[in-house]
Amino acid sequence: MTSPLQLALLLLALGFSRGLQHHYPDQADQVDGEAELELVAEPSKFGSLWPLPQKVKLSAVSLKLTGVSFQIADAKGSSAGSGCSLLQDAYRRYYEYVFGGAKRQQQPGKGRRAAGPAVLTELQVWITSPDPECDGYPGVASDESYELTVDQPYAVLKAPKVWGALHGLETFSQLVYEDEYGVKSINSTTISDFPRFAHRGILLDSARHFLPIKVILANLETMAMNKLNVFHWHITDDQSFPYLSRTFPQLSQQGAYHPYTHVYTPADVKMVVEFGRLRGIRVIPEFDTPGHTQSWGKGQTDLLTPCYSGSKPSGSFGPVNPILNTTYDFMSQFFKEISTVFPDAYVHLGGDEVDFSCWKSNPDIQTFMDQQGFGKDFSKLESFYIQKLLNIVATTQKGYMIWQEVFDNGVQLKPDAVVHVWIGGGANDEMGKVTAAGYTTILSAPWYLDYISYAQDWQKYYKVEPADPQDFKGTEEQKKLVIGGEACLWGEYVDATNLTPRLWPRASAVAERLWSAADVTDINDTFNRLSVHRCRMVARGIPAQPLFSSYCPREYKGV
Amino acid sequence: METTGLVSFGRYTCSHLYFLLLIVLPLGQHTVEGVWPLPQIFTSSIERYPLNPQAFYFGYGRQSAAQFGCSVLDAAFIRYYSLIFPDYTGKHSTTGKSHIGKKQSVGFDVLSPSLLFPDNLSVSAGKASLNAETVWGAVRGLETFSQLVYQDDFGSYFVNQTEIDDFPRFPFRGILLDTSRHFIPVHAILKTLDAMAYSKFNVFHWHIVDDPSFPYQSQTFPDLSRKGAFHPMTHIYTQSDVRRVISHARLRGIRVLPEFDSPGHTKSWGKGQSDLLTPCYSGSTPSGAFGPVNPALPSTYQFMATLLKEVSSVFPDSYIHLGGDEVNFSCWKSNPDVRAFMQKMGFGVDFTKLEAFYMENIVNITTFLNKTAIVWQDVFDYHELIPKDTVLHIWKGSPANYRKELSRMTKAGMRVLLAAPWYINHISYGQDWRNYYTVQPLNFSGTAEQKKLVIGGEVCMWGEYVDATNLTPRLWPRASAAAERLWSDEKQTSSVDKAFPRLQDFRCKLVRRGIRAEPLYVGHCKHEYQGV
Repeated sequence: MTSPLQLALLLLALGFSRGLQHHYPDQADQVDGEAELELVAEPSKFGSLWPLPQKVKLSAVSLKLTGVSFQIADAKGSSAGSGCSLLQDAYRRYYEYVFGGAKRQQQPGKGRRAAGPAVLTELQVWITSPDPECDGYPGVASDESYELTVDQPYAVLKAPKVWGALHGLETFSQLVYEDEYGVKSINSTTISDFPRFAHRGILLDSARHFLPIKVILANLETMAMNKLNVFHWHITDDQSFPYLSRTFPQLSQQGAYHPYTHVYTPADVKMVVEFGRLRGIRVIPEFDTPGHTQSWGKGQTDLLTPCYSGSKPSGSFGPVNPILNTTYDFMSQFFKEISTVFPDAYVHLGGDEVDFSCWKSNPDIQTFMDQQGFGKDFSKLESFYIQKLLNIVATTQKGYMIWQEVFDNGVQLKPDAVVHVWIGGGANDEMGKVTAAGYTTILSAPWYLDYISYAQDWQKYYKVEPADPQDFKGTEEQKKLVIGGEACLWGEYVDATNLTPRLWPRASAVAERLWSAADVTDINDTFNRLSVHRCRMVARGIPAQPLFSSYCPREYKGV
Repeated sequence: METTGLVSFGRYTCSHLYFLLLIVLPLGQHTVEGVWPLPQIFTSSIERYPLNPQAFYFGYGRQSAAQFGCSVLDAAFIRYYSLIFPDYTGKHSTTGKSHIGKKQSVGFDVLSPSLLFPDNLSVSAGKASLNAETVWGAVRGLETFSQLVYQDDFGSYFVNQTEIDDFPRFPFRGILLDTSRHFIPVHAILKTLDAMAYSKFNVFHWHIVDDPSFPYQSQTFPDLSRKGAFHPMTHIYTQSDVRRVISHARLRGIRVLPEFDSPGHTKSWGKGQSDLLTPCYSGSTPSGAFGPVNPALPSTYQFMATLLKEVSSVFPDSYIHLGGDEVNFSCWKSNPDVRAFMQKMGFGVDFTKLEAFYMENIVNITTFLNKTAIVWQDVFDYHELIPKDTVLHIWKGSPANYRKELSRMTKAGMRVLLAAPWYINHISYGQDWRNYYTVQPLNFSGTAEQKKLVIGGEVCMWGEYVDATNLTPRLWPRASAAAERLWSDEKQTSSVDKAFPRLQDFRCKLVRRGIRAEPLYVGHCKHEYQGV
């Protein structure tokens, strides 16, 4: 993570710390400027916790932390030791987040600490299951639960796996606040937490615009702050093919915006995957076919369908050519590579928005349609292609995700396929249909974050639209087939210049919907927590945009 | 042409009429890249000349009235050298002024000035010359020249043979930033000024205070920011911050127009200045809440006179923006003292008369201070008898509405500024820059004389949802669309589609210069933004 980790945990000085003081009878009247609070977030009783944990018990007992004496360490009984570099890296990261901005102010053994209030000296991290999964990759079935107890003399974070411990560390860092003297404090707290949904994703589109690696990494870092766990990498599309394939290097050589400056090398991909893993984030690549593939054709001849104008090829190309054996040979080799480069158990195969006009124009395709008995129904041809592709990918031992059209067209899916619902209007019905057919599904329809509008549209992502993935008519069994959702930031109007402020904190609203309990819907409380959470992201160097007129104690230092 | 009418720089010292020289060498061929905003008269050929960063220099023409020592141009030479040669890391870029000064004396010998037109830029073999009546025109010409230079695939720099005569269509081309709803750190303001110069904007309208916060640290009334800012230490503009902004702007030919909006939009003022705001009543007792500035007390006008006196000495521009928009009368109505004052003055129950009374007093204060007032349109709407030299600022409504307003105001002989079509804080999906581009500021019913009273326009970035995290990508290149409308000839720039590739190209130039300008549509820049 290259961005400066200036910062420190903060809470709006006017906000959270005072809110807690209200628990002290002798300080209840201590308020000097109620008017200011009109403009700043009213403190939530849950401070700045985001997303809200499943069970929280906060007390008024406050403990101090100093950067000198405090440490994060493995608990004695933990199955993960100092060899678990995933955790060790996380300890350092969160120590920096908690103390980074204020280290120099901390003096050992001086002042207030000796004077009285209790001090918290340690956070013990205890991985309770025999296999902590230190060197593994997160997956859809990973245990992300944790329990956090903050009390004297030390705090304990218990989690069956490292994945839960990562979330618990984030939660711990969110509990720390600065009192009015700048002293780090934390209140005695008990939290028991787990995600409502297993799949909590962000889609970034690196084809409409190339996204430099460091932008992707910064957003993985921010995803971790929001307990999101899937990076859906829509890596190629019509406009460009930035993925540098070892097997077919000409794809990016010819199909990227620039063959050197606008590509992701194998080392880049490795870095993204590992950076994600260390934060409990899965990286699911999408190689969308047979549509959205104009850029593929530049480096791979005969892959795309030649379009005809009358009886002659027009010189332009359409979707992948589904009638040639060479197409499937290519796909086999290509996805074999993909299955080794991306460790996640799933790959996203796209399958959306196929335009039939080019297929219709091509006489060879018409002949093939007749041979196959498809008549004039080109969706049958599409299904024919997808079916063969799915079979190919199944041989690589990967599961697959596909956009909803593939399901709509009646393609035979593997039982573990994930159907991705994206078409707005009727998304609820679609979720019902998909689950009624017994398939697992995730929701994106209400969360196309590239569609911007004036004012606080995050509230719409949070609540107003049917933004609850289980908000459809169906049985309990059907509801269980909903494994989560994804916020999509398509790239037509987004690149490194505006990606981060456009995504955050709007995607944070989606993150809470997917993590917290279904009944967490109080928009006022949410606003107050989210305001402070966004300032925390800013203090951590992430240019997350404001919710409304207000300020952060530490404003963004970039431009 | 930048010195006509409204334009004025309080402390400007460089003398007029000068020209300068740029060395360029042999030839080749290439198509000309675009300039944004489009110059008035532009001819170029495919003949191109390479530029050698080591040999290239800026110099003052022998007959130029400005010579070495002119702070605006000396600084501009240094700035534009690195903007023209972004890759070059040789001696030039590090040695600064004195080196250029030395080179310049060598350059004099090869100078052959042409004094045909002011604001004339001519690039031909061996040299380029730029003539301008004032340094402000020269700064614009340097920007144009910098946009003419391009690199081939080998990284060599070229410029095509070119002749340009240029001047702005409107003398007032502004950007409003709102530093009250969110505090915008000084470095973000300075960066905005840089980008403004690239689009030839020339007025920074600093909406510095409003209801949410009072970040301006006043010398006379330090309590205003001590109590009214979001934070009295970290979220304020000190006097030296303000000076820095003004001087950074001046070097780029940008005026700084401060706005101290009253009598509404003043909640934050009341925290540091007691008795300034009107106490609202609930029945017969004060409710504890406060409304607009209290127009019934003499102390109000004493305070305003003192504050505006300070402001007029801190900000050298000869104009001050006095706001006057969106005054809510309900608090005034509730207050018995205000009602008594209304009776005394014979205003009856017409609170617009009270507001007019207040604004008239404030405008008179600025007149006394030798400043010209700019006010939001509301002031004209309820009170047509304001000093004739006051500039009216249109911010409301649909095209039909603001056209009517333009007619009405210019018919009354008032000068007008148009902001209504350029509320750029209102974002939407897609290429909304097209809407900003196709505005026709003079398309309203009125005589030629009336049209002349439209002195320009302004892009407003109100701050409810904007701070340093997202300001730059929201502003650029969307504001650049308005910049071309305000600078260029409307007939030559009537096609949005023709403008599109040139604006895309310009946007990549902004990115290359470190401005986080967002994309217009799918595509790429050779040099992508390298931050996060």
